[in-house]
Amino acid sequence: MQFVFILEQVLNGLLVGAYYLLIALGLSLIFALGGIVNLAHGGFYAIGAYLAVILANRIGFAGALVASPVVVGCFGIIIERLLFRRFYRSDPILSLLLTFGLAMVIEQGLRIVFGASPLPFSIPPELRGQVFVGDFIYPRYRLVILGVAIGAVVATWFIVYRTAFGRVVRAGVQNPDVVGALGISLAPYMTAIAALGVGLAGLAGVLLAPISGVHPAMGAEILTAAFVVVVIGGLGSFWGVIMAAMLVGVVRGVTIYFNPSWGEASMYFVMALVLLLRPRGLLGERIEKFE
Amino acid sequence: MTSSLSRRTLIKGATGSVLLAGVGTPAIVKAQADAIRIGHLTPLTGFLGPLGEYAVMGVKLAAEEINNAGGVMGRKIELVMEDSVNPQTASAKAERLIERDKVAMIIGEISSASGLAIGQVANRMKTVFINTGCNSDALRGASCNPYMFHIEGANSMYVMAVGQYLLRENMVQGKKWYSLTADYAFGHDLLRVAKKFMGSHGGQFAADELVPSEATDFSPYLLKIRQSQPDLVVSNLAGNQITNFIKQYSEYGLKFPVAGFGFDTVVAWGAGKGNFSGIWPLVWHHLVDTPSSKKYVDAFQKKYGKLPDNQSWGDYNSLKIVAQAMTDMKSTDPQKLAEHLRKGPKFDVMKAREAYFRAYDNQMIMEMYAVRAKDPAKMKDQWDIYDALGAVPGPNEDMETIAPPKDGVCKIG
Repeated sequence: MQFVFILEQVLNGLLVGAYYLLIALGLSLIFALGGIVNLAHGGFYAIGAYLAVILANRIGFAGALVASPVVVGCFGIIIERLLFRRFYRSDPILSLLLTFGLAMVIEQGLRIVFGASPLPFSIPPELRGQVFVGDFIYPRYRLVILGVAIGAVVATWFIVYRTAFGRVVRAGVQNPDVVGALGISLAPYMTAIAALGVGLAGLAGVLLAPISGVHPAMGAEILTAAFVVVVIGGLGSFWGVIMAAMLVGVVRGVTIYFNPSWGEASMYFVMALVLLLRPRGLLGERIEKFE
Repeated sequence: MTSSLSRRTLIKGATGSVLLAGVGTPAIVKAQADAIRIGHLTPLTGFLGPLGEYAVMGVKLAAEEINNAGGVMGRKIELVMEDSVNPQTASAKAERLIERDKVAMIIGEISSASGLAIGQVANRMKTVFINTGCNSDALRGASCNPYMFHIEGANSMYVMAVGQYLLRENMVQGKKWYSLTADYAFGHDLLRVAKKFMGSHGGQFAADELVPSEATDFSPYLLKIRQSQPDLVVSNLAGNQITNFIKQYSEYGLKFPVAGFGFDTVVAWGAGKGNFSGIWPLVWHHLVDTPSSKKYVDAFQKKYGKLPDNQSWGDYNSLKIVAQAMTDMKSTDPQKLAEHLRKGPKFDVMKAREAYFRAYDNQMIMEMYAVRAKDPAKMKDQWDIYDALGAVPGPNEDMETIAPPKDGVCKIG
């Protein structure tokens, strides 16, 4: 009997993994290509959620699901052009300070415009309800999140691994100087990757707005977990981030089954363990510029 | 040489000074030489930020009304307002308000940990502090002092308010509770009181679990609740956690009755249609049917375009009480104010019965309320989320029956 319950937590953990993955994937992309540790990533996630609330009233949830990440992605273009670009080759501490400041500007900006109280938002009626598989319960909405997350991961994978664009990006991750010597300007690629990464955060914001409170600090709440996933997965590793998100979801679920108060701490234990055994993360590659 | 004193250095300096200016100068609403200064110190950022925002709205409305009516003894009230942030900052700012800004007394706080810090400063500097949002019984027990007053209900009072309705609906005797508790001081204190109530009325825990305060996903807990098939799910959670919990409880479609022992209207307003369920306690809500309550709801709506919540009630009434007390005493002396309030004069706090601070622990003795989530189909708008269940204790019972027991732990008498 207990085995069944643990199995249920494991499967649910995989579902929760999709939730971590959406947030961590964009973070990992921006990190790998530009070396920017984007502490403002959670801020873009929060903007995505607020846009979802505003847009869903006018063009419906499905419309918001498409429009909100696009708008957030456009913010990404602006931020990359104006700010990130100046810090690719400088001391990482500067970009840390920059994005830390940006995170605070976004959080306080949301507070000034929308107030500190959470904005009411619910799952659209047509996506409510639960799916029962034998004894197990799955809210229909979480399956939608899983579906969209898989879609986003496949699309990102396709762009990075199966297009000419992606080949330049991957070459740029390994050796920007050689790419430059070959006469390719990395700048537009950097902009596109920032837009994609930040847009993914916006997508996560829309998807999670119906099941978590929409308030100014919501970005700060999820950011640490996203970083843990990126670190466990390994810098610059696409599959590593996916594995790490699933691992964190499952470990957290099973830990909560046995001892709830250790639930949130469990992911840090996993991180510590992984870093001890594999300092570059599960599937981290050796990237010259970060060594 | 001029180039070394570059644009960057200049910008850095300018930014620094702007930052300092922002941190150093409290927001003074109206500067007047002979005004009575009142300190307002409450968290405006962090997970209690939403409540702090309402606290500010409440206290500002009270100041405006008092000043429009001619002030206190002909002097205007001037609010000196600060963000308390955390216990260390709260303590430092409380000292500064008293020493530098010469406030007559301090109103505010929501976090029990910061409330304790401000209370210690108030005691040391012999200045009244009225706590408007800290529920922990410990502030009324081992940590009590003669200068710290509590208009906010104690955890015991919240548990009794909801408890009366749980008893009435036969949810305690022989029933199994599944409780989720915020894993920090407030939650632990609340759990202790709730456990005592449950035990003394023949209930037991199916499980009693601590939830780290940074948890945003409740799905593993919801699966465990579903497995254990409890008779009642009990929330001892706090702030934004309650919003996340009720949203996801509704997402998983669980049908076990829900009750909470700590609650704020703002977190339920922020959950969204069809997500709110259960019975919850409040120190006051906008449906309370008394003349002064209706007047307050109207004035608040007129000024801010939205309904007042329970937190705004505390800060609004605290300032009104202080203004009335100072008018009655014809003095703003902090020590006299403390002595006056401890004598137990009665105040209209928008409830059916007048309230007073009892001398044992400076807790305001008053009616509490419980509310029940409304059927989503019957909600008129996004604010219309619950029905009033009435006041506790009932009209013929002594109001002190729900207060924390006089067990002698508080020794200010």
